[in-house]
Amino acid sequence: MTLEVKLTVNGVERSAQVEARTLLAELLRDHLKLTGTHVGCDTTQCGCCVVHLDGKAIKSCTILAVQARGKAVTTIEGLAQPDGTLHPMQEAFREHHGLQCGFCTPGMVMMGVDIARRNPGADEDLIRHQLEGNICRCTGYQGIVEAILSVATPGAVKGHH
Amino acid sequence: MRDFDYHLAADVEAALAQLRASEDGKIIAGGMTLLPTLKQNLAAPTDLIDLGGISALRGIALDGNMLTIKAMTIHADVGASDVVRKAIPALATLAGGIGDPAVRHRGTIGGSIANSDPAADYPGAVVGLGATIVTDRREIAGDDFFLGLFETALEPDEIITQVRFPVPDQAHYIKFRHPASGYAVAGVMVSRTKGKVRVGVTGAGPYAFRASDFETALERDFNPQAIASIEISVEELNSDISSSAEYRANLVQVLARRCVTALI
Amino acid sequence: MGQYGIGQPVRRKEDVRLLTGKGQYTDDINIDGQAWAAFVRSSHANAKINGIDATDALALPGVVAVYTGFDLDAAGIGTLPSEADYKNRDGSSMHKPERKIMPTEQTRFVGEVLAIVVAETGALAREAADLVQIDFDPLPAIASTAHALDDDAPKVWPEFGTNLIVHWEYGDEAEVEAKLKAAKTRVTVDLINNRVAPSPMEPRCVVATYEAPDDQLTIYSPTQGGRRLQAKLATDLFHMPVDNVRFISRDTGGGFGVRSKMYPETVAIAFAAKALNRPVKWRGDRVETFMSDYHGRDQINHAEMGLDADGKIVALKVETLLNVGAYLSENGIRLPMEGGGRIIPCGYHVPDFYFSVKPMFTNTVCTDTYRGAGRPEANYITERLMDAAADATGLSIAEIRRRNFITPQQMPYRTHLGFTIDSGDFAGTMDMAIKAAHWDSFTERRKQSEAQGKLRGIGLAVFIEGAGSRPMEGMRLRFEENGDVSVIAGTYSHGQGHETVYSQLVTEWLGVDYDKVKLINGDTGTAPKTSIGTFGSRSSMVGGGGIRRAANLIIAKGRKIAGHLLQADAEAVSFADGVFRAGAGSMTIEDVAVASRDPSKLPEGLTPGLDEEVTYKNEVENFPNGAHVVEVEIDPDTGVIQIVAYTAVDDCGVVLNPFIVHGQVYGGVAQGVGQALTESVVYDEDGQLLTASYMDYGMPRAHTMAHVEALFNVVPATTNELGVKGAGEAGATGAPAAVVSAVCDALKPFGIRHLDMPLTPETVWRAIRAARAGKAA
Repeated sequence: MTLEVKLTVNGVERSAQVEARTLLAELLRDHLKLTGTHVGCDTTQCGCCVVHLDGKAIKSCTILAVQARGKAVTTIEGLAQPDGTLHPMQEAFREHHGLQCGFCTPGMVMMGVDIARRNPGADEDLIRHQLEGNICRCTGYQGIVEAILSVATPGAVKGHH
Repeated sequence: MRDFDYHLAADVEAALAQLRASEDGKIIAGGMTLLPTLKQNLAAPTDLIDLGGISALRGIALDGNMLTIKAMTIHADVGASDVVRKAIPALATLAGGIGDPAVRHRGTIGGSIANSDPAADYPGAVVGLGATIVTDRREIAGDDFFLGLFETALEPDEIITQVRFPVPDQAHYIKFRHPASGYAVAGVMVSRTKGKVRVGVTGAGPYAFRASDFETALERDFNPQAIASIEISVEELNSDISSSAEYRANLVQVLARRCVTALI
Repeated sequence: MGQYGIGQPVRRKEDVRLLTGKGQYTDDINIDGQAWAAFVRSSHANAKINGIDATDALALPGVVAVYTGFDLDAAGIGTLPSEADYKNRDGSSMHKPERKIMPTEQTRFVGEVLAIVVAETGALAREAADLVQIDFDPLPAIASTAHALDDDAPKVWPEFGTNLIVHWEYGDEAEVEAKLKAAKTRVTVDLINNRVAPSPMEPRCVVATYEAPDDQLTIYSPTQGGRRLQAKLATDLFHMPVDNVRFISRDTGGGFGVRSKMYPETVAIAFAAKALNRPVKWRGDRVETFMSDYHGRDQINHAEMGLDADGKIVALKVETLLNVGAYLSENGIRLPMEGGGRIIPCGYHVPDFYFSVKPMFTNTVCTDTYRGAGRPEANYITERLMDAAADATGLSIAEIRRRNFITPQQMPYRTHLGFTIDSGDFAGTMDMAIKAAHWDSFTERRKQSEAQGKLRGIGLAVFIEGAGSRPMEGMRLRFEENGDVSVIAGTYSHGQGHETVYSQLVTEWLGVDYDKVKLINGDTGTAPKTSIGTFGSRSSMVGGGGIRRAANLIIAKGRKIAGHLLQADAEAVSFADGVFRAGAGSMTIEDVAVASRDPSKLPEGLTPGLDEEVTYKNEVENFPNGAHVVEVEIDPDTGVIQIVAYTAVDDCGVVLNPFIVHGQVYGGVAQGVGQALTESVVYDEDGQLLTASYMDYGMPRAHTMAHVEALFNVVPATTNELGVKGAGEAGATGAPAAVVSAVCDALKPFGIRHLDMPLTPETVWRAIRAARAGKAA
């Protein structure tokens, strides 16, 4: 079954003809060519594909594209200002070495924004548990946790270069 | 994943009609279990009927001593709900600990319960709190709802519309996460209402069950020591490469004791 | 050179691109007209193949082709090479079975590629792959490392009559045995170095195109540098000129050793693209990545150590069984021997040493290099022995080590297997870690844990590894017309931040603007001919050293040009901070670069441009080392281990960028912690893979880890011009032994001396329960 899916992606109205089985991640990557959203597993575990749907972090590999019809999706490509100014979470990942190979990074950043939004004042332990659904193989999570902590709780990261 | 016809249902009646009209239709709620199943080709329905557009299926309400959560309410909303936190904080804790934040933004209580996934959290609350499952046609007591692994009392064309939780005097939920997946290897909900005790167990067995020996002992003496020597039979418990049945039996014991400790 | 020079914590250049979704991983690449591939894989661990029938698949509209090993055979495609060649002591050679890209007669592990289906879409290719019928005749299989050498074990290669590939030995067993017997103290450990899945976050993916008029095959794929893959594919497999094959990796989502290999899937995709004269793409999923990416570790070790009355080691014996899987991988068999095992007995002076390695075939996917590649296993063996020796002698775990370290005075120190350790301050590094971890106040923290019903333990591991491996690396520096300075590297950055570090080096040495330095890598079409790639913690030495030598050549040429233009002898021209000076005259290196492009401004005999390529060679590797101290809390009722403190002190020589080196340590530690606590590849008795997804395979998560306190004890390497020692694998090398040491310390009250990795909650709970029941654990 082919459907037309209209939705807002990063503030822009988009539409695509997709099969019903098309996942949101596939719509973004294959149809809209927004390849910043990554797919790292088949079982909703790794979180490389996290985007925001109407402002909330979701795994775009576990929602049909058609289920996002009429909704607003924000991907990693839509996070920085149009003039290129990084979002504070992107800036924090850079400042705290929250990425190495960069593959899990878009999902981590999108989840980080969501965690900081929901948990202002969060401590390190809470952030570690909130990252339950995002896997990184490079960083040992240290820079990621520090980056999110620095945004959720300014001044909380100590002893840094 | 095989392709299918997709239908966004306007209301429960329309969903039921579409389900009956489909050759091998399936309801999709949050999709947190169904979509991974489809992705692995473990199921290939001809039609998916999405309840996501039915706003009447979303919401939380407290009426006297009865907390009602409508079927399409997502875990994040239950976890963050002031109403739930005040009425049954253990239920808010449970919902706020399902999967991960992204899963909690999609997964629904109806979907979690309808599936009788042994590693799901909500079934522990259904039996541990004595909930009632309300469907399009009837009410089913929580104790009678889970029948087996991925098997419930629902008819093939029956849709959960809400879950009603009687507010206990106190309740506590603890789960032990699978080291890889994060799902419940064992989860225990202990609740107390006017001297009556319920101990709901999820994760450990093929489906959620009540640990009745624990309940009897705790009604006599609500103290962790009261159940310390009661052994959970390993006969019917799950076993996998991460956790044997024996280990799960131990977890049920330990978690139940810790729930009781938290409540006294 | 101020904030961008060597040793500065410069933030990464790579990050803005990767943080805004502009990375270019292989799956982000699509080529007009591409077809999609899916693989038909073996569902049996061992089976005869009676036939492969693709009729139904080919009948599906949109299916383009199905190829099997018969097609590759007909086209004369070669077999996958293995670099291994070992002999038994009697001089007989190891068993070397051929590995065909897709076998046609027998399959030997679950997930082995047996056919490739090409179709118009990915979904269609996968549907069609399910329709390919393979008539299997299942055979008994063996997956277990512990049992593969049993007489009655099924034989993976019946023609050899055994699963033993070779018996490799070093030293005199009888002599060592006599010394062990005579020793005052003799300790024994039996260990499992558990099989783990490297699991880069980017699943494997290949896009191949073929240009028939030029006979050009281009392959996009995540790699660690494509030069060796290019040579293998061209020479061994397709029998084409090397220059007709091009490997391109723009961004790669993690390497860890496993992305440096040639896989059958790559060859099959290339074959399909060539046969169809059409671009073909394959997007591997996570299950396929678990089944077909090579695994790491998988050793069983028996080791014994003899010590004298002073607690000094007199002799060491190590016997290792290695599971290499169903075939010889490129390097797997080497890892316990001179691959990574060469560093045993690690940082200790051991007078007499016997070392035996028995690699074996099993019906599993191959094992090969994974972060540390033999060194984590080697250090794990040595460090578990040292803990046991501490126990047996009554000395503390720090003291027993202190008494046996190779001292700075003994360096350069020639090891048993013929390597020379140039530098290191093992005792000083250990003491730094102990102090930074506040070991002296541990008992107070233990009391606090006990008050909450928890066990607490503290553990230590001191490790050494070998890095910067041979044989060479090609590096090129080129001043561009637009003012950029290109580093055209044979190394390949896939997370290590080379663009940043190399820019720092060029800025430091040539005085050019940091922002003007650009890294070009990951493309065999532009890489220097002598390039190799990034693995074995080598890029700081071979890449950095190569840049140093190329920079020297540029400065030398610059002096000639500046001298010519400033009317001075080249010898009289100085160079500092980017400026050439002769007498009162001066020219910036940028000015010299501009002038160098104008032949009229060049002295006789010079070619235009500032563009120097070197082949960096250094036969001597370096020896990163360090000490990790770990504290754990254990819930005795559930067996759950929580790491509560982690201190890592590293001597990785001169630190080029502490920010990036710390990142390497944190990541490596997490992988080592994963191996110790959560990760384990499990095959069942029939060779079925039980851990084929993140639902079952325990990747470390953010909450598995604690904050890691990372410090340096810098002892510059004396054997390379930068003084660097590799940093990439140190964390993974130190962590397993340190974590197990801490856990066993916590469990000491139960009389538990050792538990095998991974230390899952149930493992720990069972050990405690058994101890409580009065049984020996």
